[in-house]
Amino acid sequence: MKKVKIYITLKEGVLDPQGKAVQTSLNTLGFTEVQEARVGKYMELFVEDNVDVEAKVEEMCSKLLANPVIEDYSYTIEEGILQ
Amino acid sequence: MKFAVIVFPGSNCDRDMYFAAKDALGEEADLVWYQDADLSSYDAILLPGGFSYGDYLRSGAIASTSNVVAQLKEQAAKGTPILGVCNGFQILLESGLLPGAMLRNKNLKFMCHQEKLIVQNNKTIFSSLYEEKEAITIPIAHGEGNYYCDERTLQELQANNQIVFTYGDNPNGSVADIAGIMNRQGNVLGMMPHPERAVDKWLGSEDGLRLFQSLLNNWRESYVAGA
Repeated sequence: MKKVKIYITLKEGVLDPQGKAVQTSLNTLGFTEVQEARVGKYMELFVEDNVDVEAKVEEMCSKLLANPVIEDYSYTIEEGILQ
Repeated sequence: MKFAVIVFPGSNCDRDMYFAAKDALGEEADLVWYQDADLSSYDAILLPGGFSYGDYLRSGAIASTSNVVAQLKEQAAKGTPILGVCNGFQILLESGLLPGAMLRNKNLKFMCHQEKLIVQNNKTIFSSLYEEKEAITIPIAHGEGNYYCDERTLQELQANNQIVFTYGDNPNGSVADIAGIMNRQGNVLGMMPHPERAVDKWLGSEDGLRLFQSLLNNWRESYVAGA
């Protein structure tokens, strides 16, 4: 079993209203050093490793998990045990 | 003229769309559950607003993986008119039937009110009964209606006159004030505002009715011409 950690972020240059709201709130709390915040998504998949996991994950990301028009993705694959 | 209104789990403007076609326009309409849909016998397909699959992952993303989308693509290629409103627009974007993507509204708020739209292109099967540059009143109701596309796509949309409606006072941050676009072929229209909620005076506006009437007129003309 592999554990896949997927990170999906808005592309650079794409407006992130949620990130902007987080930044404003952090600034309000006194964290004035925060110049920008970007909010993304994190997913964990547990995948059987009798397949080419990397190829499958690549396909999953481009077909469904990320929208290539607005989002970038990256992932790591490690050994995992399904609880 | 026979309309199919596709119903997904989470669609909630399906009946508005159905009554717009059936009562306001006075034509035939069926509510079609997405899994049972056979779209081959319909003259036009309507994708209603709502929250298909609870907007999980991204609005319209899960619906775009359903089997009915293959039929939508087939009908789109054949020239059947397809109108996607709000979540229907998001499904068209996620399916790749229209270019671009939706982001959350610039102010992060869900907005629900009447908006002024400008008809940018009245030479389409969806807008022929409007005047060019006419200002019309159509309600919006969305949290994720901030249309985004890259510069190159925008130039293509402009060069091919695919921008059908723009906002008079852009409420959500959409690129180039875009409220509705069509495909290059001109038979697939996606728009965030709800024309089906503006088909009678008691709804606050009847400006949306002419969109459905445009479709009907066009269908009649091509039907008579083709007969």
